[in-house]
Amino acid sequence: MQLTEKHRQYWRRNLRLTGFLLVVWFVVTFVVGWFARDLQSLTFLGFPFSFYMAAQGAQLIFLILVGYYAYCMDKLDREYGVHEDDQ
Amino acid sequence: MAKPTQPRFVSQLKRYYALYTGGFIGFVVLLSILEQMGVPNKILGYIFLGMTVLLYAGIGILSRTSDVSEYYVAGRRVPAFFNGMAVGADWMSAASFIGLAGTLYLSGYDGLAFVLGWTGGFVLVALLLAPYLRKFGQYTIPDFLGARYGGSLPRSIGVFAAILCSFTYVIAQIYGVGLITSRFTGLDFGTGVFVGLGSILVCSFLGGMRAVTWTQVAQYVILVIAYIIPVIWLSVKHTGNPIPQVAYGYVLEKVTAREQVLNDPTTPEGAREAEVRAIFKQRQSAEEARLKALESGGKTYLAQEKNKLVKADEELKAGRDADPKAIKAADNAVKNFPADVASARNAWRTMAEADRVKAGPIAAHAEPFAGPDEATRDKKRKNFLALVMCLMVGTAALPHILMRFYTTPTVREARHSVFWSLFFISLLYLTAPALAVLAKYDVYTLLVGSSFSELPSWVSAWASVDSSLMSVTDINHDGIVQLSEITIGGDLIVLATPEIAGLPYVITALVAAGGLAAALSTADGLMLTISNSLSHDVYYKMIDPKAPTRRRLFIAKALLLGVAVFAAYITSLKPGDILFLVGSAFSLAASAFFPALALGVFWKRANKTGAILGMVGGLLTCMVYMYITYPFFGVNASLWWDINPISAGIFGIPVGFAGVVLGSLATDAPDKATQVLVDHVRYPNLERDIKTKVA
Repeated sequence: MQLTEKHRQYWRRNLRLTGFLLVVWFVVTFVVGWFARDLQSLTFLGFPFSFYMAAQGAQLIFLILVGYYAYCMDKLDREYGVHEDDQ
Repeated sequence: MAKPTQPRFVSQLKRYYALYTGGFIGFVVLLSILEQMGVPNKILGYIFLGMTVLLYAGIGILSRTSDVSEYYVAGRRVPAFFNGMAVGADWMSAASFIGLAGTLYLSGYDGLAFVLGWTGGFVLVALLLAPYLRKFGQYTIPDFLGARYGGSLPRSIGVFAAILCSFTYVIAQIYGVGLITSRFTGLDFGTGVFVGLGSILVCSFLGGMRAVTWTQVAQYVILVIAYIIPVIWLSVKHTGNPIPQVAYGYVLEKVTAREQVLNDPTTPEGAREAEVRAIFKQRQSAEEARLKALESGGKTYLAQEKNKLVKADEELKAGRDADPKAIKAADNAVKNFPADVASARNAWRTMAEADRVKAGPIAAHAEPFAGPDEATRDKKRKNFLALVMCLMVGTAALPHILMRFYTTPTVREARHSVFWSLFFISLLYLTAPALAVLAKYDVYTLLVGSSFSELPSWVSAWASVDSSLMSVTDINHDGIVQLSEITIGGDLIVLATPEIAGLPYVITALVAAGGLAAALSTADGLMLTISNSLSHDVYYKMIDPKAPTRRRLFIAKALLLGVAVFAAYITSLKPGDILFLVGSAFSLAASAFFPALALGVFWKRANKTGAILGMVGGLLTCMVYMYITYPFFGVNASLWWDINPISAGIFGIPVGFAGVVLGSLATDAPDKATQVLVDHVRYPNLERDIKTKVA
């Protein structure tokens, strides 16, 4: 069997999206975590910024990442005709 | 039973669970009326725990099944929303429910590694695994390894790793079940374990994944209500705002201000704290002197010390008007005196360490990686990030979680259900840091500075139940409580919150039921993973592929029973520290599974040799590092780059990736059929224009 060019394009766009979201994930967790001591003097919503990020901000961003991925992939599936039949 | 169509099924589910939630709230209200009428607490505790356990068993009986697809993957028709709740309950264990807020209370910012790790891992699940595993659509995780890499060796390694990490994890859960049942019903620990186990078994034994799924949804509802109600109350008490996640920024500010006052010896309160700390400092020096004398004097020194105690005890008894309490204390001192040099060294070292901590200033709650010098801070930062990494990758590799994504009807629903999972998990994980800060505020302002003659009632109640959870001693004999005089065990925070907030006993029983739901739901999922690996992967796929359905299910159920009894037996031996058990399960899963699973989807070139090399290499690296560095095993080798044994996965994961890549490149590319399989999992629906067939 042979995949069409359209299929390959779908996969490339999926990889791009996945890669982009992973970069956000990495920055939010590890870059912010690495500089936690330098960021603690900033204040955000009444919290020290690094504490807020680890206790709340990061989770909310994770939730957005996962939701955004599901939304984009639904659209991408339809656009490239690889979506499942509606049940 | 005729299967209704999916939309009808979903609306039925919504109706049932809405009724159930309403019924549960009604039940709590009814019990609180009973409490007002004077029904004793112990009876209320029994009714509460008994009713919830009966409920789980009832759902198990209603969902009994003898259909293979129902037994292994709940018929693949669990809607995204409900699968999210089930993952939430599967995911949140006794450690999350009871331990997490306590860890945050005790270690402040540094404890947030668990919050970050246990939520961020779901990003990896969503992006790298869940949709592809759903499209693959078999029954277990070793199934995927077996089909993707071919041959029974990758599958066998998968089975071994799945059992190893699930078993490590399940022991921690059963331990939690025993602890809660024994504390709230007065049964002893062993009986508690077996009663809890009975209810786990009724559920998964009859209905497999189907029963476990619908029970987990019910358990999620109970555990989240139980966790959030007391925290809302506490938040209203201290801030007037019923949304603790928003309100606690202001409380954290006040806690930080309190920390500064208590650490500053020029203020009256700070001066009293300093006085107590100086006493601990003296004790610490005395302990260290004793340790030094032990090293040089050995056995003779130990005997001398014991003689001194015996003599003091005898003198006390000979005296005319000796206080009976003092005699008892002296008797105990003789009785508990360490028997040999090694145990004396351990006991005294622990005491010196405890005193050293008490002699130091209060660590700031919001400060990341606090430490006296740059080296300590740097070490803490490295360990924090390593732990976060291990927990995240481990989340995306634990078979009992990944298995749940086989149960949704479509790939699309699998993606959505990761979102709902993270949503339902976050409800609890956003509340835990708020609870820790609110409880700390309560202790720092209401308990510190109060007089020993009128302690808050929850303090004396818990101090009399278990002194390792709560104890206050007037070290400097001024009759006033100082912060350094309070010792709090982490588990206390969640267990005592209802009393700290001034809620009736019913809510305490509710929290116990929530903790039990958390432990049972996770244990259910884990035991099913273990027995499915054995019955499906080992028996059906490797020993007897022609086995009829009835025999397969019979074997699955028999193995479940065996695994449960064995796990309960191991638990009753009370091995190790719970947090270490849980953490090591994550490191093991991360090193063994993640590289082979992720590269299996994203890199077509990955082949059998690579997978074997990566899985064995990762797992071995992780196990060896734990073995040589965790004190329990007694090797005590020096740490690599100061990384604690709990984060052993930080070495296992790269070794796993390197193994897969090098092993694959050194040997031939996988065959055509494997490449077709990879394409099959990458596209939600390829049949539209191309026909693929996958076994």
